[in-house]
Amino acid sequence: MIKSAQLDSDARRGLSQISLPLAFSVLLLAAPLAILLAMSFWTQDFLTLDRTFTLANFKETWTSPIYRTLMLRSLKISIIVTVLTVGLAYPAAYYMSFVAPNNRKAMLVFLITIPFWTSYLMRIFLWKVILGFNGVVNGSLIGLGFIDTPLDWISYNQFAVIITLSHAWLPFAVLPIFVVMEKVNRSYLEAAQDLGDTPFQRFRRITLPLSMPGVVAATLIVFIPTIGDYVTPKLVGGPDGLMIANMIEIQFKNANNAPLGAALALSALLLVSSVAGIFVWLNRRYLKAEGAA
Amino acid sequence: MSRRVLTMFMIIFVIFLYAPTLLLPIFAFNDSSIISFPLSGFTLNWLKSLGAAEELRKAAGTSLIIASVSSIIATMLGLLATSATVRYQFPGKGFAIGAIMLPMFLPEIIIGVSLLTVVLLAGFKLSIYTIIMGHVLICTPFCIAILRSSFQQLDPSLEEASLDLGESRINTFRRVTLPLIMPGVVSSLLIGFTISLDEFVIAFFLSGTEPTLPVYIWSQLRFPQRIPSVMALGTLLLILSVVLLTLSELLRRRSARRLDQKATSGAL
Amino acid sequence: MRAVLTKKRQAGLCRTMIKLSNIEKYYGTYHALRDVNCHINEGEFFSLLGPSGSGKTTLLRTIAGFEEIDSGTVMIGGQSMVGVPPNMRPTNMVFQSYAIFPHMSVAQNVAYGLRSQRLNKAKTAEMVRESLGKVGLAGYGERAAHALSGGQRQRVALARALILKPKVLLLDEPLSALDRKLREQMQSELRRLQRSLGITFVLVTHDQEEALTMSDRVAVMFEGQIAQLDSPQALYKRPASKRVAEFFGAMNILKADILEVKGDIATTRIEGLGVANLAFNPQPGADASSHYCAGVRPELMTILDDGAMAYDKETPATVTDVEYRGELTYYDVKFEGSDTPVVVSMRNTSNRELREIGQQVRIGWESASAVLLLD
Repeated sequence: MIKSAQLDSDARRGLSQISLPLAFSVLLLAAPLAILLAMSFWTQDFLTLDRTFTLANFKETWTSPIYRTLMLRSLKISIIVTVLTVGLAYPAAYYMSFVAPNNRKAMLVFLITIPFWTSYLMRIFLWKVILGFNGVVNGSLIGLGFIDTPLDWISYNQFAVIITLSHAWLPFAVLPIFVVMEKVNRSYLEAAQDLGDTPFQRFRRITLPLSMPGVVAATLIVFIPTIGDYVTPKLVGGPDGLMIANMIEIQFKNANNAPLGAALALSALLLVSSVAGIFVWLNRRYLKAEGAA
Repeated sequence: MSRRVLTMFMIIFVIFLYAPTLLLPIFAFNDSSIISFPLSGFTLNWLKSLGAAEELRKAAGTSLIIASVSSIIATMLGLLATSATVRYQFPGKGFAIGAIMLPMFLPEIIIGVSLLTVVLLAGFKLSIYTIIMGHVLICTPFCIAILRSSFQQLDPSLEEASLDLGESRINTFRRVTLPLIMPGVVSSLLIGFTISLDEFVIAFFLSGTEPTLPVYIWSQLRFPQRIPSVMALGTLLLILSVVLLTLSELLRRRSARRLDQKATSGAL
Repeated sequence: MRAVLTKKRQAGLCRTMIKLSNIEKYYGTYHALRDVNCHINEGEFFSLLGPSGSGKTTLLRTIAGFEEIDSGTVMIGGQSMVGVPPNMRPTNMVFQSYAIFPHMSVAQNVAYGLRSQRLNKAKTAEMVRESLGKVGLAGYGERAAHALSGGQRQRVALARALILKPKVLLLDEPLSALDRKLREQMQSELRRLQRSLGITFVLVTHDQEEALTMSDRVAVMFEGQIAQLDSPQALYKRPASKRVAEFFGAMNILKADILEVKGDIATTRIEGLGVANLAFNPQPGADASSHYCAGVRPELMTILDDGAMAYDKETPATVTDVEYRGELTYYDVKFEGSDTPVVVSMRNTSNRELREIGQQVRIGWESASAVLLLD
């Protein structure tokens, strides 16, 4: 009796404290998203909005070759970048958590965190400086006499976008994996070895499945935002490397077709969420299978 | 064997992570308007040119205001949300956390575009307020992540003791809770400040006549002759970020010590 | 089983399962194990007992292969374990935290180590069932690991280790996380399990009662050294040093001077008690310069009633404090010419009256119940 009364007052207190931040996020995120959704069903002719319901924007998004190409290209780049970053981040996080001596961990985390917070724009731009026609790589190679004309395959294409994005998102992928690995009870590893596992078997049966939540988090943290990246394709992508975010911007700003832009944005969000959902589902199946094996 | 391979990998990994950044100071002081090796000599001209740029100073001012206000609001919202979620059970808790943390996982362009839509439809003018709204939205999840570790390390019996000794809830927060989580609060302010200062996409979509620093830098990138100046500016920003981060890290460690906990990674 | 073992031991037939020789281990400058030597016999319940930081867990982990030692050798079953990783050793361990894999069910946990044996599913399931049955968890196979109570976790950890039929089962404070009642129940269960399986058990504990009730032999460790290795009775009756004596229950410690040593008898003057002939068998590490004191357990001294049965020794004393504890009464007494308070415990009987503070009494004791202790 007393306990339930206590719970009620706790719940009231919790609700009253959360109400303000929740209201803020509903007002500035949920409501705008809903309006964006509404907008995607309207049409715009220069500056006037026609608010009759239509699916034309979505139809155009999914059938017009240019949008479809951009969408699939964004997805492809995003997937490659995610695989690259998570693939490189995993051994780094593994080193930090399981190999590095304890007194060096904080320093390593700090090292990984610094680029995390330095200007994203500058970090992307530096790759333009490195890979561009007159950039560090080409300029230096010509200056040193290795080549006569700039290498054109290293910049203003999808390759450059992938390299740049992977580099920019690497630290974001390391930290979640590291945090989860740190939580893995070290006696699990000893127990596995004690029960006859070689270090490799132990990694496959214990470390990998137990660090999977970190891999999932890293994957989502990298995959979802990169599909909507605007800066990188604009700076190092060239015409061949443009992605869906650049088209969204054009629709909202230059083309004055906000409804189409909204449809593009929401379609991209839908696409990325479904792929992420499938990934999370596959991961569950993997974990189940690993337990059963 | 694998130990050595992993160590080598880590060294290369860190070098790869930092190599591009190292170009910033190198070319910021290189006496050539073309960015390539070999270097041609030392100069302070690019740094000096920054002082003369009126627009830059205005943009920096705008950014400072936005970053300060956004980080303060985000930290206050973060405090409320963290206090509620760490200590209380209530219906709809999972949903509330999900909604508040969502911006961390959304592409920034979605946030920018949706806010832009509202502003356009409502007929508001784009201003620093619209940017602040967007920045608070994306900073709050990060502030919560930092504050959560402070709150979790806080022994709830300290607050109960204060209440037991007759102090009100508000004063308990002021006299017991806040002093103990202060380093976390400062750390949260610094992180929010840094994120807002660096954020480009949302500011790009929502800025009106007063550009923020990243938006200003973006406008400069079109002109190859401005690039060395941008490198100089980037160097300054880099130093600022490192200083702020170091400060926040030191505070976090002190807080961990004060709360008698082992100092491990807490940034995320 | 036990009787057989004892006979074997008497006949010298007991085979050594684990042989530790000259083991040294440093953590940086901290000397964790100092010249540890001991044999653990096949089929024996062996305990490593000591306060925290005494090196007992380090020694156990050395046997398991988790600690690299700086010098010395570990032999298990007659084979050197130098360079043999934990997964290749004939030992299995029950961890202090139990280390039940959280992403697996109980059955998956128990079957974990069977994978390398490449058994078919039916055989594996049967072995798991059998192993769970042995630890009293029949039917728990499909439970999720996180849904178990502390006691159940421990049983799973046991089943998981025993299913591999190790030569030696290592237990790292397995009972410390359990509440008292469950702990006592598990103590007798572990003991029964060990006897029925005949596997060598090596238990680490800081609880002397646990070590005394469960073990065939106990190694008492202090500061990385084995201070004494003996059967529980011998440890209690004839502790070698003051420290060991104080670790096991109450012991009155009195100053002692050895007047003369003849063979294994030392004529000793004990503070307040006078001269007596005590058994003397110096422990390794003791030498001519070692200091000794004398110890007498409170229950081995009696306040004599008038005309009571004769004791080997009788010493007058004054009662300075009385503490009634129901079953027993503890008396603080002082002997003439001594300031050290001595505790005497007396069983309360229906016709025995309590003594009073200040009362003059006679204390009866046997020279056989006083022991010489290394100071």
